[in-house]
Amino acid sequence: MNNLPSYDRYHRQIILKDFGEAGQQKLFSAKVLVVGAGGLGCPALQYLAAAGVGTLGIIDGDIVDLSNLHRQILYSVHDIGFPKAEKAAEKLRQLNPEITINTYCERLNNQNAFGIINEYDIIIDGSDNFATRYMINDACVILNKPIIHGSVSQFQGQIAILNYRKNIVSEPVNYRDLFPNPPKEDEVPNCAEAGVLGVLPGIIGTMQANETIKLIAGIGQPLINRIITFNALNNELYELGLSVRPGTRSLIPADEDAFRKTDYEWLCSSTNSELEIDHHAFDELLSQRKIDIIDVRNINEMPEIEEFTTFRIPLKELPGMSSLIKSDTVVIICQTGNRSLHAAKQLKSVFGASKKVLSLKGGIIKWKQEHTNQLL
Amino acid sequence: MLPLCSYVIIMKISVIVFGQLADLITENLVLENIADTDSLMETLYNTYPAFRESKFMIAVNKKLITVNTLLADKSTIALLPPFSGG
Repeated sequence: MNNLPSYDRYHRQIILKDFGEAGQQKLFSAKVLVVGAGGLGCPALQYLAAAGVGTLGIIDGDIVDLSNLHRQILYSVHDIGFPKAEKAAEKLRQLNPEITINTYCERLNNQNAFGIINEYDIIIDGSDNFATRYMINDACVILNKPIIHGSVSQFQGQIAILNYRKNIVSEPVNYRDLFPNPPKEDEVPNCAEAGVLGVLPGIIGTMQANETIKLIAGIGQPLINRIITFNALNNELYELGLSVRPGTRSLIPADEDAFRKTDYEWLCSSTNSELEIDHHAFDELLSQRKIDIIDVRNINEMPEIEEFTTFRIPLKELPGMSSLIKSDTVVIICQTGNRSLHAAKQLKSVFGASKKVLSLKGGIIKWKQEHTNQLL
Repeated sequence: MLPLCSYVIIMKISVIVFGQLADLITENLVLENIADTDSLMETLYNTYPAFRESKFMIAVNKKLITVNTLLADKSTIALLPPFSGG
């Protein structure tokens, strides 16, 4: 490798004792998939590309939004409105043109997951919802792929290496051994609802890259069957040893066929059918023009809604503002449908049976996507 | 005749919680005379009813447990909820 121009690029890590040219060669040969090019995925991708991981896959169906920029460090204001996977790949190719980067501008789902995951050696979970996390877990258990788990909430983050058989006697632990069944999406608030300190996913995503490199190069003590919780406020690291929970294997689909039939969105969706409407039902109500629409997102949140008229009342200010609502039917919308559901429950307790209160499922993001798809 | 044992052993355990669970109970809780993890959960559920709705894993002395586990003096029980954010 001494003759290759890339020797200079990786010189500082090649000279490390225990890493060496052999470690560099292992990184070159490795194929790593990063699910979610968001707060965790951006720093993980940046360091893995810089370190010379030979093949990187990026899967993300989202577009860059202004509210992403405080933590998703691969993007700039010029990228707003463009697919994250493409923009991330563009930046990474500038950083390291010697590696292969595959992009998938789609959400991971039960139909595409097997084909994509099977192409890689290690899967980094940088997703932002439980449906995807359980889907990644189950697919990786069936396909026998290690997961570098990372997740964040407000000021705390978790990191672990799951589903990796350390040696012949150790049983690989998967996410369901920790939490057998997925929580409903409104049970545990996500970053859009609960907030997150921007630097936190930076730290956790970088730790995911570190664990990935250790696992590939075979150095140090990777976090196999252990989980660390990091608290950004007091710098405490709390490490727990994990073990297999009897009976969890029966919760995971037996094979690809059963996996394809498992509806992960539904497993995580709350039973709020009487409060939620989909985009078809919403469009139907829109055409009747007899509804008030309340957008409970904060004032600066994008995308703007120009297609119909809304009252913008941020969720925090909603109590006390209910007198503004005149129509008998009110539809509440937000970015993804979580906050609007909370708001719908709040207003329902105010109005009782006197008004019909609904929340747009999937939020304005999903609505805009559906309408873009129809135009194509 | 053997003298009767006349002192009471007070067993103290501490409970630490992570993430959103800290909104529901005191972050560092010390409890006395709780025999096992099932009775601990019962005590927590009775004191903090909202807790019953939460999902979390239980660790005793930094190890995940999957069945009811006996507690000893100075045991530390950690309750760790799943995080979804990324």
